[in-house]
Amino acid sequence: MSSMFGEAIVRREDPRLITGQGRYLDDLGRHALAAAFVRSPHAHARITGIDVDDALDVEGLVAIYTWEDLPGRVGEPLPLLIPHPALTHGRTAYPLARDVVRHVGEPIVMVVARDRYLAEDAADRIRVEYETLPPVVGIENAAAAAGLVHDDVPGNAGANLVQEAGDAPAAIATAPNVLEFRLDIERSASMPLEGRGVYARWDADDESLRVYSSTQTSTSVRMAIATKLDLPANKVEVIAPDVGGGFGVKIVHPWPEEILIPWAARLLDREVKWTEDRREHFISAAHERGQVQYVRVGFDDEGRLLGLDVRILHDHGAYTPYGIIVPIITSTQLLGPYKPGAYRVEFTSLYTNTVIVTPYRGAGRPQGAFCMERTMDRIADELGLDRTAVREVNLIRPEEFPYDQGLIFQDGRPLIYDSGDYPEMMRRIKELIGWDDFAGFRASAARDGRRVGIGLACYVEGTGVGPYEGGHVEVDSSGRVHVSTGLTSQGQGHQTVFAQIVASELGVPIEDVIVTTGDTRRFGYAVGTFASRAAVMSGNAIALASRKVRDKALRIAGEALEADPRDLEIVEGVVRVKGDASSSIPLRTVAVLSNPLRYAFDEAAKQATQFAVGGSMDDPPLTGEPGLEGKEYYSPPRSTFASGMHAAIVETDPDTAEVRILRYAVLHDCGRLINPRIVEGQIHGGVAQGVGGALYERMVYDSEGQLLNASFMDFLMPYATEIPRVETGHMETASPLNPLGIKGAGEAGVIPVSAVIAAAIEDAEGIRVSRMPISPSELFHLRLAAEAGTAERTNRARSSASS
Amino acid sequence: MTVNGVPRAASAPPRRLLSDFLRHDLGLTGTHVGCEHGVCGCCTVLFDGEPVRSCLMFAVTASGHEVTTVEGLGGPEEMSPVQQAFQDCHGLQCGFCTPGFLCTVTALLRDNPRPTDEEVIEGISGNLCRCTGYQNIIKAVHRAADLIAEDGTEVDR
Repeated sequence: MSSMFGEAIVRREDPRLITGQGRYLDDLGRHALAAAFVRSPHAHARITGIDVDDALDVEGLVAIYTWEDLPGRVGEPLPLLIPHPALTHGRTAYPLARDVVRHVGEPIVMVVARDRYLAEDAADRIRVEYETLPPVVGIENAAAAAGLVHDDVPGNAGANLVQEAGDAPAAIATAPNVLEFRLDIERSASMPLEGRGVYARWDADDESLRVYSSTQTSTSVRMAIATKLDLPANKVEVIAPDVGGGFGVKIVHPWPEEILIPWAARLLDREVKWTEDRREHFISAAHERGQVQYVRVGFDDEGRLLGLDVRILHDHGAYTPYGIIVPIITSTQLLGPYKPGAYRVEFTSLYTNTVIVTPYRGAGRPQGAFCMERTMDRIADELGLDRTAVREVNLIRPEEFPYDQGLIFQDGRPLIYDSGDYPEMMRRIKELIGWDDFAGFRASAARDGRRVGIGLACYVEGTGVGPYEGGHVEVDSSGRVHVSTGLTSQGQGHQTVFAQIVASELGVPIEDVIVTTGDTRRFGYAVGTFASRAAVMSGNAIALASRKVRDKALRIAGEALEADPRDLEIVEGVVRVKGDASSSIPLRTVAVLSNPLRYAFDEAAKQATQFAVGGSMDDPPLTGEPGLEGKEYYSPPRSTFASGMHAAIVETDPDTAEVRILRYAVLHDCGRLINPRIVEGQIHGGVAQGVGGALYERMVYDSEGQLLNASFMDFLMPYATEIPRVETGHMETASPLNPLGIKGAGEAGVIPVSAVIAAAIEDAEGIRVSRMPISPSELFHLRLAAEAGTAERTNRARSSASS
Repeated sequence: MTVNGVPRAASAPPRRLLSDFLRHDLGLTGTHVGCEHGVCGCCTVLFDGEPVRSCLMFAVTASGHEVTTVEGLGGPEEMSPVQQAFQDCHGLQCGFCTPGFLCTVTALLRDNPRPTDEEVIEGISGNLCRCTGYQNIIKAVHRAADLIAEDGTEVDR
């Protein structure tokens, strides 16, 4: 058997992407009409009139649509994709605003013209009149509910959910030590370099629709379009072409444009395309992260958690199309690798007049890790203990798996960790960063007038959520192996890792394996790419499909070679008798034999015609199904839990308060690695996004609900100059839940970064850090506040100052 | 103008951006557009050999000049050393920013064949990547420098 699984091979998609041969959404449909949108400039307003007259004489204009033009289901509110009993007041937008707009950027008018320049010309000439309404901006303003985002949602509260394991308030009441504090995290966003886009072609003769979308779920976009346009699903094809990054934002669907563009293409019987520009992405896609957390924790004198009570206010923006997945994940994954004693968590998910909030890489976990890890650091500081010692007494031990946290996870299943070795991971991350030697480094840096600090944070990530994915594997008569799965790719290297799995399982050269993802023509049933699930879900499904094909190949080859299938093996695409290389048959020939033919359309087919095959005159020529192919699905009982620990050393400039990350170390366990190079890349990228979220990125809304930094000039995404080199170490604790023993890796890198950087800055400065991100200016003002006595110093800083 | 060594003639309205002209009029879609305000660097092409943001230039400005896009650096069968190095070092994930990086790095290594780490980071600090965290891109630039040096040695022989 080939050993491709686990090898750090180079990616098979790269030659195409490196030479400009990739096909991203806007590379398609060169002659399509272009759409542009008139979007609300107000955060909250009633539309009192729309005047399109001036736009009508724009050369190249084809059509202008407002909500009134949308028929039937097209004009109904967009679906609430993930309902939940606690989401008592879920609200979604209309594809084009009807009467009221609730955030800057909400689409009101769609213009279709010969090209985007002309469509924007026409959009600029459309005059919308508004009666402005008071906007609700900021989590605490939303909770105070002086104004309402939706008239019929009291308190702006979309959802309220309490989960409890044990009696946390009672445990805290009797604990020898209690702390109570507040934490804040601001908004950021996925911000893929390719924005969203949709391109639709209607075939009037066939009455069918082909839609390309830069999406993380082509199958569900297809079902949504079919439903909205009242077409049978088999008349709608949706294809995710090359996608220039997703990071969560492209799992939301159907975006208004994913309904409107196909609808207009059918109505006009013309190809129509919409390619989002950057400002549109800032103000009309989705953000994430923003939360306020109130923590009460009771613990013993060794730092062991006795009771943890967390109340979370979560800002979900103007609508809830993606439900309350983000705060559910925060409130459950907050527990990390620890046993919390008794735990109570309550979140309130609030409407504001801002862009919707939906999962961004990490999906609520960075906020959860921030909460738990800041809590650990507080406990350590309170007790005067080493921060890792406090963590160690709380870690779940290897012998305690499967470990049931007693909560319900985002997939509606129990939060039961499947495997891991957290104490060993703690030992290794401390070794990697040099935790125990840091005091010496701090002292020597101090002698040079430098200020340095060290921080560490842990996380556990539920990955590979169900319900299922599928895989199809087919060997053709030339020996090529065609593999397809329904979920989509946005840069994760699926064409490589899935090919590695097939090469290993089937015993074929990887060069012969061709992988297709996210194309409903090839695979109709799928969920999508999110929640670090692609490798776990489709990887296992494809492995199972490969095994099915292998079994069939051995059966057919056994008949041809007159050998027992159990005595056969497949090596480099050839089926042979073990220990007898002279008795063999290539897989391509097995593929030919698997499909008995009447007609010899080529040389290979000639071998499979009735007179060529021979065999028994009494048995039917075909056993089972024709073709050397197999399809299987993988559906896990529940998520599999990856884990990691990060540590960083930072230096803060005593004068400018600039923060420099001197070292960044990651210990990571995602089960068996399919391709270590790709996993490393995922970690690097995740850490970079985490650093962005910790030090640079935020969405700056003013009190009127205007997003003040809606451009790359002002929203500070890190360049190479801001990102440290990441040092990594891997552990491979196999998951017992799936055949390949793998866990997801996509989101891991980003999860604990804000917690780590906050801890390291706090350690360097001796001032409590309870809000992230933190800019040099904010750190500078924090120092001033500490001097003035309005910001709290750590006990360690106080005691070292007094000693 | 000359694009990837081939003289190309087409008419474009004065306001048409060079990036749109390359992509939609000439069909060279390897040049990507990430922000249209000159920050992300996805649209970087070589203009008379120098890296420029094609989204900040009108197509008419390029009349009479030489433009090299990612398609002109090398094809899938014969990748340039810079392209090869990006594959070797896993210097890309989604690939959307990659053409801009490749053009930037091609010019960087032409002017400075043995850059230090600091010079590499400085050299690519005008291009955003949201996937890789830059670490493997930096590695790829050094690898490309090695490949170019090896090529040079072979030619000298």
